Amino acid sequence: MKSTLLSAAVLGIFAGAGTAQDRPELVVYTYDSFVSEWGPGPIIEPLFEATCDCDLKLVPAGDGAAVLSRLQLEGQHSDADVVLGLDTSISGSALASGLFTAHGIALPELNLPVDWNDPIFIPFDWGYFAFVYDTTRLSHPPTSFTDLRNVPDSFKIIIEDPRSSTPGLGLLLWIKQVFGDDADQVWADIAPNILTVTAGWSEAYGLFLQGEADMVLSYTTSPAYHLIAEYDDSKAAAAFVEGHYMQVETAAILKSSDQPELARQFLEFVLSDDFQAAIPTTNWMYPVRIPVSGLPSGFDTMIVPTKSLLFSNGDAANVRDEALAEWIAALAR
Amino acid sequence: MDRRFGTLIMASNRALVVLGWTALALITSVSFGSVLAVAFVGDWNHGFPIGALSSLRFTLLQAGISAVICVVLAVPLSRALACRSFVGRRSLVTLLGVPFLLPALVAVLGLLSIFGRSGPVSGALVYFGFQPLNIYGLPGILLVHFFFNLPLVTRLILQGWSDIPSEQFRLAAQLDMRGANFFWSLEWPMLRRVLPGAFLLVFLLCTTSFAVVLTMGGGPKATTLELAIFQALRFDFDLSAAAQLAFLQVLVCGFSVLAVALVQGKSAFGTTLGSFHNRSDGDGTWRLIADCVTIIAASAFLFLPIISILFTGLPALISGLPNSVWLATFRSLLVALTSSVLTVFFSLVIAQMLNTRQDLKTRFAEIASYLPLAISPFVMGTGLFIMINPFADPFALALVVTVIVNTCLCIPLALRGLIPAFAKARQRYGRLALSLDLHGWTAFRVAFWPEIKQPVRFSAAITAALSMGDLGVIALFATPDGGTLPLLMQRLLASYQMDAAAGVAALLLILSFGLFWFIDRGVRIGH
Amino acid sequence: MGIELDHILLRLGQFQLTADLQFASATTTALIGASGSGKSTILAAIAGFIELQSGSIRLDGKDMQNVPPGQRPVTMLFQDYNLFPHLSVAQNVGLGLKPSLRLNKDELGLVKDALARVDLAGLGNRLPAQLSGGQAGRVALARALLRKRPVLLLDEPFAALGPAQRSEMLDLVSQVQVEKSLTVLLVTHLPEDAARIASFASVVANGTVTKPVATAQLFADPPPALRDYLG
Repeated sequence: MKSTLLSAAVLGIFAGAGTAQDRPELVVYTYDSFVSEWGPGPIIEPLFEATCDCDLKLVPAGDGAAVLSRLQLEGQHSDADVVLGLDTSISGSALASGLFTAHGIALPELNLPVDWNDPIFIPFDWGYFAFVYDTTRLSHPPTSFTDLRNVPDSFKIIIEDPRSSTPGLGLLLWIKQVFGDDADQVWADIAPNILTVTAGWSEAYGLFLQGEADMVLSYTTSPAYHLIAEYDDSKAAAAFVEGHYMQVETAAILKSSDQPELARQFLEFVLSDDFQAAIPTTNWMYPVRIPVSGLPSGFDTMIVPTKSLLFSNGDAANVRDEALAEWIAALAR
Repeated sequence: MDRRFGTLIMASNRALVVLGWTALALITSVSFGSVLAVAFVGDWNHGFPIGALSSLRFTLLQAGISAVICVVLAVPLSRALACRSFVGRRSLVTLLGVPFLLPALVAVLGLLSIFGRSGPVSGALVYFGFQPLNIYGLPGILLVHFFFNLPLVTRLILQGWSDIPSEQFRLAAQLDMRGANFFWSLEWPMLRRVLPGAFLLVFLLCTTSFAVVLTMGGGPKATTLELAIFQALRFDFDLSAAAQLAFLQVLVCGFSVLAVALVQGKSAFGTTLGSFHNRSDGDGTWRLIADCVTIIAASAFLFLPIISILFTGLPALISGLPNSVWLATFRSLLVALTSSVLTVFFSLVIAQMLNTRQDLKTRFAEIASYLPLAISPFVMGTGLFIMINPFADPFALALVVTVIVNTCLCIPLALRGLIPAFAKARQRYGRLALSLDLHGWTAFRVAFWPEIKQPVRFSAAITAALSMGDLGVIALFATPDGGTLPLLMQRLLASYQMDAAAGVAALLLILSFGLFWFIDRGVRIGH
Repeated sequence: MGIELDHILLRLGQFQLTADLQFASATTTALIGASGSGKSTILAAIAGFIELQSGSIRLDGKDMQNVPPGQRPVTMLFQDYNLFPHLSVAQNVGLGLKPSLRLNKDELGLVKDALARVDLAGLGNRLPAQLSGGQAGRVALARALLRKRPVLLLDEPFAALGPAQRSEMLDLVSQVQVEKSLTVLLVTHLPEDAARIASFASVVANGTVTKPVATAQLFADPPPALRDYLG
């Protein structure tokens, strides 16, 4: 405990002056890239503050899984009022934690390929997982998992570890939903093509851009970034005939919030045009409501999966552990 | 005669000794306390984590092989550096510190730009009709660990070589000792003394290696304890499993420290640039060629990836980085320098305490001082979070926590240099200082400082540089506007800003090494 | 100042040494013995570097148990490492006055005098590395002069010097001893050194120390242990 005292003593030096403000404060935990200079954070923060007469504090706490484990660590004592960025693959465990309360908002019509009527989690953006490749290096990408199972061993893909990354978990659920009990056989077939399994999306995507592999597990909208921000049309996502698993990112109110009314107001803001219009070119995902100004040009060139796959919260939590065990068994061989 | 004085009375200042024990208690309680905190909060219904033993096996395997390879290959390199004199030798030895200071991800990307599937080595192989290099899996892990730790071990052994008195080399020359004779009578005793410590250090560092193992490992067959801990903390949110795995890790590391302590008497750590020996056995042409090849090959292996990192980042660095970079730089420097000052202070206090007596208790304390290296940074971060949360806002303390963790992790490294230096100073001047009634600050300044200032400088330099690059635990604590450079780099990568991230990586490299150079060598010029 | 070793027992690993004798005040006594016989151990015990297993050491009648080395009325010259290499000659001597080295004008004068007394006038600014072995010994002696401790222990500090220089140093010690009425113990393995300046001598052998007798008498009629050593 001495360290605590020590830190408390040094606190002043590092933390600077404390904030004593009259306006109510809304604390929102989210993932790192949401608040970075290129994320939606800097755009939406002043927009919300202009309407709420409050101080919106966006707190990044690592990636999505880290945000959740942090909330679990803090339990009832958390300062957080709202959490922004738990995706459907982990919202099952989030639900089980019992930390969240119903949002009580009547959802408007959503631009989502699946039905959504969750009482606790409000979606704010979504995308499809997909394998991204470089068109200058690969002219005929696999068009299905069946294709992928039959490519020669020299064809390499990079995936993320489901234990530490949401795309990794997404692929796990994707294959599980398509192949069910045969999922382990699929993994066994593509195992020779997996160059490596990285801790997070950044490492995987970085390796791919450096030319380490033919394809990387990412999103169907990843090429939009290169197209819009870098005027580079060489990246594309491979459309798989079995359909694509979805990632839906959500927001929810914490039971322990001391600003429940403000929190609800924020969730309504999340569905507003101001917020939604910021999503495509910051998060490089689809907004859940098409902005008045439409989607930025470039998004229309992205592939549109014929079939959208998504486990419900409960199902995702149920199949997760089994799918993970299969994955480890197949790849550890 | 000196060796027989088993019960030397050296404790002249009780207050300092008490301070030393307090400091040691502090770092062990931060390290161990964090594991206990995690265990305390955990729900113990799940039992012993499945797969723990297979991850333990792989952890031992990769750390053990990494350490053996580093130690074995560092011998010829340090030997070549010890007995050849050439222009820029001193700078080369200092530059050897660079890989050790790199953030893991930067090093991995740098290495892959050379040895990856689209790197020049693979390019050449494909040109001549071979398969491109595939280094993923155990070879990849070993390659990166070798890249990281070869320089560290080389410096360590280089120190050993320069500690062999030149009289012994002259004696050997006179007796016309060559080859195996020369090796067994002069070099082997030194290596026997230095190598176990070097092995241990690399072994411990590799045990808790995370990003490298995951990125290069190629899949779940390369699951280490550290990854299992991460999974328990993040994926399963099973704190009791995380705590059990962390205990297992401490146990393994504790056993290896004990084993090495039995094999070897005293520890040593490379702190000098290694003085040049005009050795008689280096005259043969073959030896000359072998040494040149060794030095050139090692330099190429170590510096090509670094040059590649610099070149990749340079465009972004020149065309301008986002503004947040400069604030993050300031914060990183603040963290680095504070960690460095604290590390040096605590290590000094502990080293002088360990120096006062040589009984069993002190030996045990020395072994305990390795402990922080055995603790998973994830567990330490989570544990600190649990400990701080009831008392203060962890967000506000992000940088403080980073400093605490950096300090805890760097003290074991610093002690490896300070303990032998203190011992040498005591051996030489301890009695003189005592009989002149020098104590406290005066004894330190007059008798000890001149002998220890080099290792102190090296410790300060390496702590500062490591703290620049260490992502450590800050991710769990970081505030929107409180990130350090490595965290910013991570965030850039996560936002598709690959070029800016490369620029930050280059900046980080330049700053880390600049700090290291400035503290380890630059300051010396002023004296 | 008389030195009493009252039934002392020293134990260092396998090695044991007992002694029960006195060295008279203001005399010079040589401790003669083979290397490894424990001569230096006796000095280390008197200076307070080693704990006694039993018995007591009294200086001027005062028990030295629990008196730390720096506070005993003792100055010791070691075999080597008598000077701090980074301090100048004058600073090394000045340590004898004030460990803090913040010397005032008078004290600086004393340092100068002490250096002059050992024939090193004008060398105060040199560093130890620039001195010969004999000069380094003189610096240590100059410091001993300033410390004004009544007991001077010499642990073969001049062993590395040539015969002429060694004799010169011993003579200097002898003069200082008389001037300041010091009680000097000189460890040596050379009978001629003992004969040169020590009026008394003890033999260290077989784990014990003989009572001091007049040096001339000792060599005239050596006890068996000394006879073996002298050959």
